[in-house]
Amino acid sequence: MLKEPHVGAPRSRVDGRAKVTGEAKYAAEFPAPGLAHGHVVSGAIARGRITGIDTTAACAVPGVLEVFTHENRPRTAWFDYKHRDEVAPPGSPFRPLYDETILYSGQPVALVVAEDSGTARHAASLVRVEYEAGAHETDLLRAREDAYVPPKRRSGISPPPKPRGDAVAALAEAPLRVEAEYRIATEHHNPMEMHATTVVWEGGGKLTVHDKIQGVLNSQGYICNVFGLSKEDVRVVSPFVGGAFGSGLRPQYQLFLAVMAALALKRSVRVVLTRDQMFTFSHRPETINQVALGAAADGMLRAIRHDAIGATSRFEDHQEVVVNWSGLLYHCDNVELGYKLAQLDIHTPADMRAPGAPLGVFALESAMDELADKAGIDPLELRLKNYAETDENEGKPYTSKELRAAYRLGAERFGWSRRSAAPRSMREGRELVGWGLASGVWEAQMQQTSARAVLTADGRLEVATATADIGTGTYTILAQIAADAFGLPMESVTVRIGDSSLPKSPIEGGSWTAASAGSAVQAACHAVRETLFRHARGAEGSPLGNADLDHVAFVDGRIVLAADPDRGIGLIEAMRAGGAERIEHEQTASPDKANQKRYSSYTHSAIFAEVRVDEELGVLRVTCIVTAVAAGKILNPKTARSQVIGGVVWGMGMALEEETLADHRLGRFMNHNLAEYHVPVNADVHDIDVIFVEEQDSRTSPIGVKGLGEIGIVGTAAAIANAIHHATGKRIRDLPITLDKLLERPPAERAR
Amino acid sequence: MPTQATPQAEPDRVTITLTVNGKPRSLALEPWTTLLDLLREELGLTGTKKGCDHGQCGACTVLLDGRRVNSCLALAVMQDGASVTTIEGLAAADGTLHPMQTAFIEQDAFQCGYCTPGQICSAIALLEEDHAQNPDEIRELMSGNICRCGAYPNIVAAIEQVMASGGEPAP
Ligand code: FES
Ligand code: FES
Repeated sequence: MLKEPHVGAPRSRVDGRAKVTGEAKYAAEFPAPGLAHGHVVSGAIARGRITGIDTTAACAVPGVLEVFTHENRPRTAWFDYKHRDEVAPPGSPFRPLYDETILYSGQPVALVVAEDSGTARHAASLVRVEYEAGAHETDLLRAREDAYVPPKRRSGISPPPKPRGDAVAALAEAPLRVEAEYRIATEHHNPMEMHATTVVWEGGGKLTVHDKIQGVLNSQGYICNVFGLSKEDVRVVSPFVGGAFGSGLRPQYQLFLAVMAALALKRSVRVVLTRDQMFTFSHRPETINQVALGAAADGMLRAIRHDAIGATSRFEDHQEVVVNWSGLLYHCDNVELGYKLAQLDIHTPADMRAPGAPLGVFALESAMDELADKAGIDPLELRLKNYAETDENEGKPYTSKELRAAYRLGAERFGWSRRSAAPRSMREGRELVGWGLASGVWEAQMQQTSARAVLTADGRLEVATATADIGTGTYTILAQIAADAFGLPMESVTVRIGDSSLPKSPIEGGSWTAASAGSAVQAACHAVRETLFRHARGAEGSPLGNADLDHVAFVDGRIVLAADPDRGIGLIEAMRAGGAERIEHEQTASPDKANQKRYSSYTHSAIFAEVRVDEELGVLRVTCIVTAVAAGKILNPKTARSQVIGGVVWGMGMALEEETLADHRLGRFMNHNLAEYHVPVNADVHDIDVIFVEEQDSRTSPIGVKGLGEIGIVGTAAAIANAIHHATGKRIRDLPITLDKLLERPPAERAR
Repeated sequence: MPTQATPQAEPDRVTITLTVNGKPRSLALEPWTTLLDLLREELGLTGTKKGCDHGQCGACTVLLDGRRVNSCLALAVMQDGASVTTIEGLAAADGTLHPMQTAFIEQDAFQCGYCTPGQICSAIALLEEDHAQNPDEIRELMSGNICRCGAYPNIVAAIEQVMASGGEPAP
């Protein structure tokens, strides 16, 4: 009898104890002898140049070791490409303290290093900077006039597909039309842990770096290129990351500054950003969508046009997949999609949880709701009517797509059939009740990843790969996969990740880590199994003498005949028989190129939202979200559910709260703190019901996994906005839907 | 290069006694040191987190004489004679976890874990305060602790689990 495998079962996090006892160490928490502390001085203007920096007062503070500015910084690599990290978009990467040029407000202009953090912070306040300000632009509504198609595409980001059919003509002839503009505000990632780096000066030119990063190899490569160091001398170790959501994909400026100072001072240095400095680098770009849908009277789509403009900096073309989803989610013969960038005097935006998708899908799924209204059709029926069986952007079948089942299961759980169609028709007490839905979609990907597995004669197994766990549960699912490979309890498995000395792994992002690192760990374990099995067969009197690997099972620390589980040999016994103290293998798992050519792979979701609006008090609550997710195999329903819940909470933030407001006269973000940049808190979040739809997928990854990190947020804001329309009759196309917008009618000109 | 300043006298330090996780300590502190910086930087108790340093996120929540406070807003020298319990001080000496710690693991009430020490301290004090009788009240009274990973439903479930068991370790 085989025991229930760990994979597929709800298991508690293996790093749980470390996290609830305070033992888990994050980047700013590693001690080092003689540690010095750096504090960043942030620039005050949006564009121009520094005409003078006076550091005299700062330098005079006892305990200050050095004040670094563009005038005295150590030399770094000359060429731009040396400053490009693994995931840099096309352009010329920002170089901290490079010269007197100011590219955006909040740019670091000096680093004060002192014996302790309080002294560094105080001395930083004494640095005086003179500027010559130039004319700046931070308003996307003005800069949109100069939007352009990015000349060089960003690696990994598909530009919009070529038009199919004739969307303009089909739209002109369509009996039903929806045309509107949908906007999403700038958002900042704001992980709870602020970006930080501790550089430990090991002597002999060697550095150990603890960085807040979603891929230790990206930090390592960047440091080596910029400072001309060799990989042997730089080890990046980041076992725990206090959230990142994309802000830790690219090395941020605190890494550069900490390493620069450590090399110059030949001692250990830590740089921690402040919360307001967390608003001085990555963010989700403000984005404008124009969508036009044309349909027959029965709601069948005839034409889809979707054009988006995203903000970027003046030095890099940050690109996202914003509009492609509109050619994908529904069957339609006439589709034209466009994506442009507009430059502002801001830092380059960055990927933020499901980059692009929730922006474009908000627009499309709001427009679909408007179309359902016009056609007098239930929004769910409209979606089922226009269901796409294949990826019409690429003309390929899907590896799997259970979106139809997701709609059905979600609708049943939510009770969608009880919805009364007319806006403002559902009420309870003094509150208007609204029900809305939307679809979600995200690309399912796998990336080449290597992993090592080591089985030792004490019956312990260690698996290792350089990847990260930013709260996603990587440690836990890797332990599950590894334990199952040998029929071991999870307690016998040690998972090591977040260390650049471990086998190669890409950054943790794009929802690909479980599929990629999971497949690599499984491959490494299987290689160990083969060696072990040879030893087992060779053992004297082995009951497995004539068996081959396909006919045995690994159960309870034993290798047994699948057909006769009473006959077998213990793992440790087998190792002894082979004279092996340890069996170690490294393997690389790669996506199947042939499958990638033939098939498209996406995760899907159906999101149902209930809102309650008290119009007199202007109070809005999201009282229930049901999200049905089709994402292939679910390795751990417990951590998977948490992942999706987290995404849904982000969708709520996007819908109702998150917005970094700029004062365009100063070219500066105004609400750069957690009191004024609102994220959902406990009281904002009510019932969230996650359904995992049964979906078999053997083509996306060897372990059947499609990924879950992003899908929870995609479509959620649209479902909420649609519910708000159903409750109040107000269609708000500008996220976040704050109370002022709800109380006033949105400006008519936005609904062309 | 900074001028080699002639060594000045250390700014006046203030000596206080503080019981930290059950151990009395005598500490000579710069008067502007926050309780949070004292814990993290001087005592090496990095389990208490800094998420904003402005009283806006709750990551730094500790138990001060049993009450929950944002340690980033508390000046250390004002706590003379007080007793502080941090996340490191919750488990029993033999390593047995506090029921709230166990419940957080069982309910998967965290992801990245960075807000977690603050959430757990806050939740323990919440039960002590005895104002929250239902999930809505738990949500309201736990809203000073931001979780950017969005673990809120599971945090509420963990607190309910401990409430239901009367604070006893789950069976
Ligand atoms: S660090 Fe104290 S409330 Fe945020
Ligand atoms: S667990 Fe990551 S912020 Fe709460």
